[in-house]
Amino acid sequence: MGNINSWLFWPDQVALSILVLFILVTIFLYAARTPAHNVILSSCNLIGHAFRFTARWLQATAEGLRQRNKAVLLAHGRDEVTSQIEREFERVTDMVRKDLGEFPALQRKMMDELTRIEDDYKKSGEVPLPPPEWVNALSTIANLQSGGDIAKKMLDDLHKSVQKIHDKTISEYRKTYESRHKILSGLVPVWRSAEKIVKNLDANMINLNSNAQAIDAHMTRYKEIQDNTDKSEHALAVSAFVQLGISSLVLLIALGGAFINFKLIALPMSEMVGASDYITDTLRTSDVAALVIVLLETSMGLFLLETLRITHLFPTIASMNDRMRKRVMWAALILLIILAAIESSLALMRDMLIADKAAMLHDLATIAPEPSNSLLTNIPMVGQMVMGFVLPFVLAFVAIPLEVAVYSLRTVGGVVMVTIMRGAGFVLRFFAMIMSRIGRILINVYDITIVLPLLVEKMAISMRGSVAETISTKKAGGTK
Amino acid sequence: MKQYKYLLWFFTLLFIVLAGCSDSRSHSTGVYLLIDTSGTYAEQVTKAQKIINYLLANLNTGDSLAVAKVSSKSFSEKDIIAKVTFDRRPSQANLEKRAFNQKVDEFAKSVKGSAYTDITGGLIQGAEYLYEANPGTKTIIIFSDLQEELGKGTVRDFPIKLTGIRVMAVNVTKLNTDNVDPRRYLDRLDWWEKRVRDAGATDWLVINDLEHLDKVLARN
Repeated sequence: MGNINSWLFWPDQVALSILVLFILVTIFLYAARTPAHNVILSSCNLIGHAFRFTARWLQATAEGLRQRNKAVLLAHGRDEVTSQIEREFERVTDMVRKDLGEFPALQRKMMDELTRIEDDYKKSGEVPLPPPEWVNALSTIANLQSGGDIAKKMLDDLHKSVQKIHDKTISEYRKTYESRHKILSGLVPVWRSAEKIVKNLDANMINLNSNAQAIDAHMTRYKEIQDNTDKSEHALAVSAFVQLGISSLVLLIALGGAFINFKLIALPMSEMVGASDYITDTLRTSDVAALVIVLLETSMGLFLLETLRITHLFPTIASMNDRMRKRVMWAALILLIILAAIESSLALMRDMLIADKAAMLHDLATIAPEPSNSLLTNIPMVGQMVMGFVLPFVLAFVAIPLEVAVYSLRTVGGVVMVTIMRGAGFVLRFFAMIMSRIGRILINVYDITIVLPLLVEKMAISMRGSVAETISTKKAGGTK
Repeated sequence: MKQYKYLLWFFTLLFIVLAGCSDSRSHSTGVYLLIDTSGTYAEQVTKAQKIINYLLANLNTGDSLAVAKVSSKSFSEKDIIAKVTFDRRPSQANLEKRAFNQKVDEFAKSVKGSAYTDITGGLIQGAEYLYEANPGTKTIIIFSDLQEELGKGTVRDFPIKLTGIRVMAVNVTKLNTDNVDPRRYLDRLDWWEKRVRDAGATDWLVINDLEHLDKVLARN
């Protein structure tokens, strides 16, 4: 291709050579028109079919993956709702056992209180004694027409005795009322106690009602999951995305804590394993050792939460019997405390090393060391030690978001994979369609290159057609 | 039993990978400081102390440092004032730095000017020390005016070997004759550069401003 002259028949007559070449090529292309069209169409169809086949495979795989994801998601959701329902039932059981279990005794107490209240009420309701019969006699004497001294004296005596009796009756009446008031005032605490019992019962009933509502909601969710509805699948998938987001955020924060932890022990670790050893060109052995300590602390925290049955990452631990599980729990806790204590002492060593280096730099600079304020130097030191002890326990709680992230990542990863596969399938189908169109375009382009012979062919065909028509017309005229 | 077998394989593989990962190359730095004590240049020893202090403050654990004086015949261990390879532990290295500084202080107080200046002998001695200590980065610092004066019978006009060593001339003061004809000073610098480069030195650097000492420990 480099030397165009090699393509020319007569290098000194370029135009003629190109013309001859063009004619030869045109003749060749015209002659090879039908097989060339077939080749173009077959090639494009082959590529298009391959694309379509791959797209179909991707769609089928995506559908299979979606079904698998759905099954896993629903199973996970079912487990989650089941455990929530169980927990609600446990709460209800506890409530019934604790509060409503004492209901017969409470009822008996309530009935006693009510009986007392009733009795007291009856007692307080007693009417005072009716006036004595002599009142009527007094009225009769008072109505006598003919009086006199005798009557007057009788009335005076009567008045005196009545007055006496009246005073006595009034006094007794007052005493009776006093005793009734006492009964009524004694009724107040009983009444309050009864009111309290009723309020407690009311509160318990409200709690029970809210628990029942929660159970109802969980049961509805459970039913939806059991029915394999798209709504429940969508809700669980969205929930997985949200959980992954939240847990990732918490893990990011924990990563910051781990970094601080690492920085706290990296320098003193060089005192233990040496500062001049390198694993790679830039990675010091002491840094790796510090990282290993941090990771060990995290692992111990993970085991601790696992044995406490807060997380469920390791089926081996979950399936252990209680005795063994408790042993592992204590082992993890003790190791975590030891590691925390080591880290705390390393933090102290870090402070000492920094102080030593500062003192040495002062010596080299031949400047008298500044008088140090012991409080100011001690506060960071104590702070570092406390941080060194506390951070491992804080990091232990990473297990919870980690578990959530692991489980939700399965769902999110599945959804993303299905989406990617479907997207890829769509793109391949689109390209398959484009390929079939390109085949037709290429055929037209091919025909453009041999437009002259095609025109000649068309003219020849039309001429042949007109000659045939003339002959047929003549033949038709002859027969007439 | 099968899972234990896999576990064994896993740990064997892990050991091989970790062993393969470990970097056997030396990451340490070795510095050999030659202090010219001839004639009036001996008065500059306080400036040399400044360089030593800088080196002590910035060299890390595992690094090597030696300070030697340039005397009439410098190819001798007797001219080494102090030498140390710092311990791997930072706290121990700090103690060693203090002891080193003390030795240098004592030398500075008792320094006496020598009659001749055998810089080449000092360079050969420094190269020997560095090859023996074998740090990752080898540096010879010449604290001198670079005016070599050899005593009678001292032979130094032969090719020397400084392969893989950075050579730095620090505080190259100008002599009275340099002030008359600055070409003498420039020619002297050029001559030394050619000599050390011909000897296989990786780098040649002149630092006259002691504020730029950070170039001394800058890795290539």
